[in-house]
Amino acid sequence: MPYLGGEETVRELRRALSNPNVQSDQLRYRNTILKVIRAMSQGVDMSGLFSEMVKACATVDVVQKKLVYVFLCSYAALNPELSLLVINTLRKDCQDPNPMVRSLALRNMTNLRLPSLVEYVEQPLAAGLRDRAACVRRVAVLGWAKLHNLQASSEIDAAVVNELYSLLRDPDPVVMVNCLRALEEILKDEGGVAINKPITHHLLNRLKECDIWGQCQVLRVLQRYRPQSEDELFDILSLLDASLVSPHPPIMAATLSLFLSLCSGQPAVSLAALERVRGPLLAACGSGSREMRFTALCHIQLLLRSIPGLMGAHYKRFFCGYAEPAYIKQRKMQVLVELVNDENVAMLLDELKGYCTDVNAETAQAAITAIGRIGRSYSDRCLEILTGLLGLKQDHITSAVVQTMRDLVWVCPQCSDTVCFALEGCEETLQDSQGRQALLWLLGVYGERVSSAPYTLEVFIDGVRSEASLGVKMELLTATMRLFLCRPAETQDMLGRLLHYCIEEETDMCVRDQALLYYRLLHCGIEETRKVLQGRRSDPSLGVLIGRPAEPVSQWARSFNTLEPLRQGSIETESVSRGSPEHTMFDPKPNADLSNTLDCSRIEKVHSDGDGRCSDSSADILASSVAAPLSLSLFPALSPEEFERLWLQQLALHAEQGNEMEKGYIVNNTSQRFSLSRSFPFIGQDLWLTRARRPAEKDEEAGKEDFVWMEECVRCPTIPRCSPQSLQAAMQLVNIQTLAFTPPQTLPWRVYLYTHTCLDDAPHSTLILGELLYTGEEPQKAEVHKGSADGGVGAEGIEDEQARQGMEATADGGQEAVKVTLRQQPRDDKALKGFLSILTTVLHTLSSERA
Amino acid sequence: MISQIFILSSKGDHLIYKDFRGESGGDAVGVFYEKVTALTGDQPPVVMSHKGLHFVHVRQGGLYWVATTTADSSPFTIIEFLNRLSALVKDYCGSLSEKSVQMNFALIYELLDEAVDYGYIQTTSSDVLKNFIQTEAVSSRPFSLFDLSNVGLFGAETQQSKVAPSSAATRPIQSSREQGGKSEIFVDVIERMSVVIGSNGMLMKADVEGEIRVKCYLPNCSEMRIGLNEEFSIGKSQLRGYGAAVRVDEVSFHQMVRLDEFDSHRILRLCPSQGEQMVMQYQLSDDLPSAPPFRLFPTIERDSGGRLLMYLKLRCDLPPKSLSQELSSPDQSAELKPQSRAVVWKIPRFTGGMQLSALFKLEVPGLSSASLLEVGPVGLSFELPKLTATGLQIRFLRLSPVQPGPSQRWVRYVTHSDSYTIRI
Repeated sequence: MPYLGGEETVRELRRALSNPNVQSDQLRYRNTILKVIRAMSQGVDMSGLFSEMVKACATVDVVQKKLVYVFLCSYAALNPELSLLVINTLRKDCQDPNPMVRSLALRNMTNLRLPSLVEYVEQPLAAGLRDRAACVRRVAVLGWAKLHNLQASSEIDAAVVNELYSLLRDPDPVVMVNCLRALEEILKDEGGVAINKPITHHLLNRLKECDIWGQCQVLRVLQRYRPQSEDELFDILSLLDASLVSPHPPIMAATLSLFLSLCSGQPAVSLAALERVRGPLLAACGSGSREMRFTALCHIQLLLRSIPGLMGAHYKRFFCGYAEPAYIKQRKMQVLVELVNDENVAMLLDELKGYCTDVNAETAQAAITAIGRIGRSYSDRCLEILTGLLGLKQDHITSAVVQTMRDLVWVCPQCSDTVCFALEGCEETLQDSQGRQALLWLLGVYGERVSSAPYTLEVFIDGVRSEASLGVKMELLTATMRLFLCRPAETQDMLGRLLHYCIEEETDMCVRDQALLYYRLLHCGIEETRKVLQGRRSDPSLGVLIGRPAEPVSQWARSFNTLEPLRQGSIETESVSRGSPEHTMFDPKPNADLSNTLDCSRIEKVHSDGDGRCSDSSADILASSVAAPLSLSLFPALSPEEFERLWLQQLALHAEQGNEMEKGYIVNNTSQRFSLSRSFPFIGQDLWLTRARRPAEKDEEAGKEDFVWMEECVRCPTIPRCSPQSLQAAMQLVNIQTLAFTPPQTLPWRVYLYTHTCLDDAPHSTLILGELLYTGEEPQKAEVHKGSADGGVGAEGIEDEQARQGMEATADGGQEAVKVTLRQQPRDDKALKGFLSILTTVLHTLSSERA
Repeated sequence: MISQIFILSSKGDHLIYKDFRGESGGDAVGVFYEKVTALTGDQPPVVMSHKGLHFVHVRQGGLYWVATTTADSSPFTIIEFLNRLSALVKDYCGSLSEKSVQMNFALIYELLDEAVDYGYIQTTSSDVLKNFIQTEAVSSRPFSLFDLSNVGLFGAETQQSKVAPSSAATRPIQSSREQGGKSEIFVDVIERMSVVIGSNGMLMKADVEGEIRVKCYLPNCSEMRIGLNEEFSIGKSQLRGYGAAVRVDEVSFHQMVRLDEFDSHRILRLCPSQGEQMVMQYQLSDDLPSAPPFRLFPTIERDSGGRLLMYLKLRCDLPPKSLSQELSSPDQSAELKPQSRAVVWKIPRFTGGMQLSALFKLEVPGLSSASLLEVGPVGLSFELPKLTATGLQIRFLRLSPVQPGPSQRWVRYVTHSDSYTIRI
C-alpha cells in the first residue's frame, strides 16, 4: 500500500542524495540511504532514485554497499539499462582483497536477475568457484543455479557441472551442500543430481560436519538412493540411527522420511523406525513454540494411521493446555480419540468432558464430536456424558450433542433407547439448522419410541412458514412422513397441513418437489410408501463400523515432512457427517492387499449358482481334504443380534462358572472396537473343556438343542495384522460372513463369523458360528479339543491328545496361532470338518499373501 | 526452499520483505494478511495456501514471521528456521518488538542476506554470522529510573546490584564489542509445568518440560563447565545416591555439548558462542518430586438472589521463605472479561505457605442449577522465580581461561506455568 506523500519523500531524498555535502559526509550519506530503504520496505515506490543509488554504490563503506545492493536488487528489473552501470563496480569488487566484499559483490551480481547481464557475470562466477575463501565459493556455487534459472534455455557448460560435482569434496560443508542444491536445480530435467554409491557414502560420511539445515538437505537428496544390497541398506540405517532420535525436529523428520523411502520394501523396519521416533516426536509436541507443537501433532496423526496404538501410553501428553489456541486443541482431541483404550478411557472421557464447556464454541463442539467417536466403542459411558450435557441447556452444546447422537445411533443402533429418552424436551434449546435437522431425523426414524414426537413435529410444522433453512424443511417432510407410517392417527392431520403448505405455498423447488413426491407416493398405498421410506436405521457397511484399519506406511510416507499433513485434518472434522447419515456416501476401499488366488472370478460363479451357494468345484479347490462336496451359504442371513443370542445362549447355561456374561457385548462389538473389559471371560483352556462337554450332556437330557462346539488352532501368524476389509472380502468369496472385528494390531484380536453348510448327501443344512481369537501369547498347551455331543471321546482321551498336541506345539517353537472356536447347530461332524478346512485354507492363503 | 520472507506487525504493516527467488508475484504480503485476518477463531492455522503459494508463519513477539514456500518443503525445517530467525533478531537487536524491528531493519536485512541465499538456508549460527554483520544495533531501551536505583548513595553498591536486573539479558550481543559492555554470562534453568488437577483434588497429570539456556556476552570464552546436581538421574531405573534424587525422563543435549564428564560427575562442557543457545532439554512426566505448587479449594453455589457465588481459596504449598514479607496483598485485582466469559484474578505476589481467599458474586441472567456445572476449569498462570519443579540445580559454573577483567556469571532459575488447570 503506497503511503500518502510518497512523491514528496522521493523528491526530498533525491535532493539529499545528490547533495555533495551529504556525499562527502559518510555518516549522513549512509543515513539518507537508510531512509530510502526504510521507505522502500514500507511499500513506497522508490524506483525513481535508481541512478542516484547506483552512484552511491561506489564506496568503501561496506554497510552502505550492502544497503545500496538491497535497493538495487529490488528495482533492477525496472531499469535494465542503468543496471549495466552497476556491473562495473561489482566486477571491480570481485577483485577486492576482502573476501567479504568479494562474496557480497558476487551474490548481488547474480541477484540482479537481468538476462542481459549474464555474459558479464559468468567470468567472475567461474573464478568464484576457485576462490580460496569458503564464503565466496558458497555464493558462487549457488550463483550458477541462479544463472541457470535466469536463462533456462542457455546450456550451462558441462565443465561447470563437472566442477560443481568435484566441489562436493570441498572442505567447507556449506559449499558441499550448496553444490547439491545447485546441481539439483541445474540438472532438474535429468532428475536432479546423480546419487550413486560413492556420492551417497561420501555424503553420509560428512553428514556430521553439516549444521541442521545442511543435514536436512543431504538427507532429502539421499531419498533418491536405492541401496544395492540389504547389507548396505542396514549399514546406512545404523549410521543414521543417531539422527533419527535427534533433538532437532527437522533432522528427525528428514531422517524418518529417508528411512521410509529406503525401507519401502521392508514394512517391518519402517514400523520399527516409527517406534523409534516416538520419543523425539513427543518432545516436539511439548516444544515451546506453538507452531512446532502443531506440526508435530499433525505428523503424529500420520503415524497413528499405521500404528494405532503407538502413543497409547502417552495419552496425557495430548491433554489440552488452558491457553492453547483452538487449532491445537482440536488436533489434540483428534489424536486423543485414536488413543482410547480400556485403561485410559475413564480418564480420557473425564478430560474431554471438561472441554465440552469451553468458551470457544468450536472447541466445545469438537470435544462433543470426539466423545461421540469414542461412543462407538464405549457407548454407555459416552451417552451418560452426552445426556448430562443436554442439561446445560446451551444452544451450541445441545446442537452438537444432538448431531453427535444422530451419528452415534447410525453406527450403534443399540444406543437408540437412551438417545430416544434423552431427546425429550431438547427442541426448546436448539437454535441452529444443523441441530434441528439432526433432531428431526431422529424423531422420524425412532418416532414410535419418543412419546412426544408428534407434538414436537407439530411445533415445527406450525412454524414452517417462518423457517429459513431449506435443509430443515426437507428433513421435516421426511420425518413427518416416517412418523405417519408408525403413528398415523396422531400425525395424519399435521401431515396434511404440511403437504398442503409445501405444495401450494412453498417457493423453493426442492421442497415442493419432495412434497409432491411424497403426496404421489401416498396415493400408491401405504405399503409402497413404507418400502420407500423405511430404509435402514443403521449403517449397512462394515467399513465404518470397525474403526480405523491400520494403513500401510506407504500410504502416507510421501506426504510425511511436507506441508500436506498440516493442511488436512481440519477438513476431516468437517466431514463427520453433515445432513442425514444415510445420505453420506461410503466409498468402499479397494482391497489392494487381497490375495490374487482368491480371484474375483469365483464370485461370479458363486452368484450364478443361485442364491449364493458356493459351487462344488470352488469348494474343492479350497478344501481338497473334504471328501463329500460341501456348500456354504449365507442364507438365511443372520443378524448380529441373532448371532449374539445363539452364541451366548449356551454359554449362559454355564453361568455357575462365575463368568459374568455381559449382555449386549456382541452387538456393541459389531459396530466398533472391542473393549477388553467386555471380552470373553473364558479364554482359559480348562474352562473351555468343561464347557465343551457340558452342553452336550444337557442336550441329551433335554433333547431340545442339537449342537456341537469345536476348537482348533490354525497357524497363520500374519492374519491379525491383515486389514479387515481384505479378510472380509476373502471370507465372502467362500460364503462366510464376518460380523465383527477388532481393529488390526490390537490384542486380543477377534473376528466373529457365521455361515450355513449344506452337504450334498445330508438332508438338512447346519448353521456354524465361529470366533477367531489371537491373544498374542505363545500357543497354550491345549491345541485341539473336540467335544462331541455323544461324549464318544472320554475326558482322558482328550487330555492325552491335548498333551501330545502341546508337545508338538512347543517343539514347533513359539509360532503364532489363531484359535478358532466353532459352534455348529445341528450337529454334523463331516460338515464341520469340511468347513474348518475351508476356513484354514482361506487363512493360510491370506497369511502367505501377507508374508 | 524458501521463496520469500517477510515480517508483519500485528496491524499488517510491512516491516521487512525479502524476495529470494523472484518467482512469485509481488503482492504476497497483502494476500497473506487478508487470509490471516479473514479467518475466524483466536488464531489462524500455521499453514495457508493461495494459488500455489504456501505461507508458513509463526508468531513471535507479537509479529508475524512468514515464509512462502513450495508444498513439498519440510514444515519442521521452515518453522524451526523462522523461530531461529526471530531468536537471532532478538540476539542482535536486544529485544523483540515492532519497534526494535523497525529501528534495526538494516541489520535484519543484513542478517537475512547472510542467513539465506536463493531460498536456501546457509547458516544461523551467531558465531559465523557475527563476522559478516557490520551494522550496529540500535537499542530501543527507554531511559528508566530503575537503572539508577542500582547505584546507591555516593555510588556505593546496594543490595539490588547483587541481583541481575530482569532486563540485563535483553541487550544486543554486538554492543559488547565497542561500547565496553560488561562481559557477562547468563545460565538460565527454565521449566514449564503443565498440570491438571481433578475436581477431587487428585493430580491427574503433571508434566515438566525444562531447558538450560546459556546467553553469552563474553567476547572470548574457550570452555565452560556447568555442574548439575550429583544425584541427577535419567529414566526410571537409574538412581544415583541416596539423597532426594533429581529425576527426569528424557534428556537431549545441544550437539556442541561434550559429555565425557557427564556420566561420572554430571558436568556439561561446552564452548558457548555469542548469543543465546539451548544447551540441554529435558522432560519429566507424571512423577513430580514435590506436591504441585498451588492448590485450590473452590465452593460454587447459587445464593437466594439468583447470583452465582464463587468462593475460592488458593494455597501455595511451597516452603515459606525465611523472610516473609507482606501477608495480605493489597494490590490484588479482579476483572470480569465478558468476551471470554472469565473472571481474572491477579495476584502480584504470593509467598510460600500463604493462603488467599476470594469471593466473587456474579449476576448471571437465567442462572439455573445446571449452569453450575458449566463453571470451571480454573487456569493458573504464574512464574516461580528461584525454583525448579524437578529440583535441578546448577552446582557450579566455571569458565576457562579465567576471564580478564570483571566478568559476571549469573545463574537464574524460573518455573513457568505452561498450563496449570484445576477442574471444579
